[in-house]
Amino acid sequence: MLIPKNNANQMRAKILIKLAESYFADKFANADRIPLDLRPKEMQPSRCCIYKDRAVLKYRCMAGLGVSPDSETDELKTLKEYGADALKRTEADKSRLSVIDIACSACIKSQYMVTNACRGCFAQPCRLNCPKEAISIVNGRAWIDPEKCVNCGKCHEVCPYHSIIRIPVPCEEACPVGAITKDEFGKEHIDTEKCISCGKCLMSCPFGAIVESSQMVDVLREIHDTEHKVVAMLAPAVVGQFPGDIHNMIGALKKAGFDEVVEVAVGADITTQKEAAEFIEKMEAGEKFMTTSCCPAYYRAAKVHIPEIAPHVSHTKTPMYYTAELVKKECPDCKTVFIGPCLAKRVEAEYDPNVDYVLTFEEIGAMFVAQGINVDECPAEDFKEVSCAQGRKFPISGGVAGAVASLVEGKMEIKPELIDGLSKENIKLLKRYAAKGCDSNMIEVMCCEGGCVAGPGCIALAKKAARAVESYVAQGEDLSKK
Amino acid sequence: MEKVTVKICAGTSCFVMGAAQIQALEFTPPEDIADKIELVEVRCMNLCKDTTAKYNRGPFVMVNDELIEEATFEKVVNKIREVLKNKCD
Repeated sequence: MLIPKNNANQMRAKILIKLAESYFADKFANADRIPLDLRPKEMQPSRCCIYKDRAVLKYRCMAGLGVSPDSETDELKTLKEYGADALKRTEADKSRLSVIDIACSACIKSQYMVTNACRGCFAQPCRLNCPKEAISIVNGRAWIDPEKCVNCGKCHEVCPYHSIIRIPVPCEEACPVGAITKDEFGKEHIDTEKCISCGKCLMSCPFGAIVESSQMVDVLREIHDTEHKVVAMLAPAVVGQFPGDIHNMIGALKKAGFDEVVEVAVGADITTQKEAAEFIEKMEAGEKFMTTSCCPAYYRAAKVHIPEIAPHVSHTKTPMYYTAELVKKECPDCKTVFIGPCLAKRVEAEYDPNVDYVLTFEEIGAMFVAQGINVDECPAEDFKEVSCAQGRKFPISGGVAGAVASLVEGKMEIKPELIDGLSKENIKLLKRYAAKGCDSNMIEVMCCEGGCVAGPGCIALAKKAARAVESYVAQGEDLSKK
Repeated sequence: MEKVTVKICAGTSCFVMGAAQIQALEFTPPEDIADKIELVEVRCMNLCKDTTAKYNRGPFVMVNDELIEEATFEKVVNKIREVLKNKCD
């Protein structure tokens, strides 16, 4: 989902790097210089003036320190103070996606507009098809009465000149569950009860107004300021995210201070086995279909927004769960850090006592940069426990269903279907499946289109990353032959 | 005609700061330059470690022998077009 050629994404990475550098330099004592460094006086402002740019950057830095901009009570509180607080807390901040209100441009409410292309034609299909009689012809051109218009889009559909356009609000458009809406001033707000933390709003906002509270500082503190053993759990989507391969990545993480590195694809193999067994059991019990459960954004969406599909969701736990369970069994006092492409995993981790922190690839990348670590120059190491092809393929759309199918085939008929991307339309589709059934009996749901390799926390291009994952899959052993 | 060499730094610093996104040239290059470029992924060129510069000005990309600092997809494409144009003149 990461949109290439996007300034907002690049700024997010830069801020995380600056913050990590500031941690290593003087534990944030000079963090208030970051907005000035990134927007020096001589630079062309990207908003109205550099002062507003800097003000927005301060809020971004707050989010980078793991403090939601929403929680601000004193505008004069410095980044140095926020940084000091961040180093004192013993648990990551629970607030998630939030809107920097001064960065939100308060886009006009989504609406239809008649453009110059209108020729004031004789047929007037727009006027005749409008169910609210909102359209009249003024000065030889169609005009929409905003008081009467209900945004149904009929006029837009019927105009033979395509002269009526729809102006969307990007974040509201992207949110599959209607969790982001305008207040009386036109600024957007996220309803945390409804939010599934998928990060689609964050990726879609052209003003970069939506931020997420980072846990990078918490992990830096655990590694460098405590005696805890810290274990990195690498999501299978990591392959292809950094130059070098997954074995260099182990070396890089150890250089960054992690005591041990395990691959979550091992947990994904366990998920595959349990989900395959559950599938057979459910089908034998006469159930019509089952959906996957490993995408945390979908899992929450099913619970909160599609209650009718909830009984069909697999009870098997996620790869992160099984991996963390293994790690904590061996070392109960260690701190576990999941490193992946996903923002919704942070929410899953809150309910999983075995997972202490969640980092995105972007955050771990920023830590590498600040410490001058080049992944491809790090010594290649091996995992103690090695994953199979099945678990490795989880991050690509079709990977989970394919893995389960590979263990079920021959024992039971399996007809997989992929819901690739949790859009508004696909939520409707799932509701319909719950009500009326479907032709398939195994539905894989991935919130991010393309799978986890296209997650909001990714660095590499999804296509390129998917290629790297495929080649890692090809090197893996077949779980069904083990 | 000789192709324009585009060296994209694949050092971790450049990669995280946006070089990864410039690799879009591999998948969706603008039509006019698609068959006139040769993409090379190079290892860290140590430009990010230049201590005389106040900031890390990555990602770095080399178009033939010209260095682009704080490279973006747009900047790189413009430079490639400029080089191609100079060649024709």
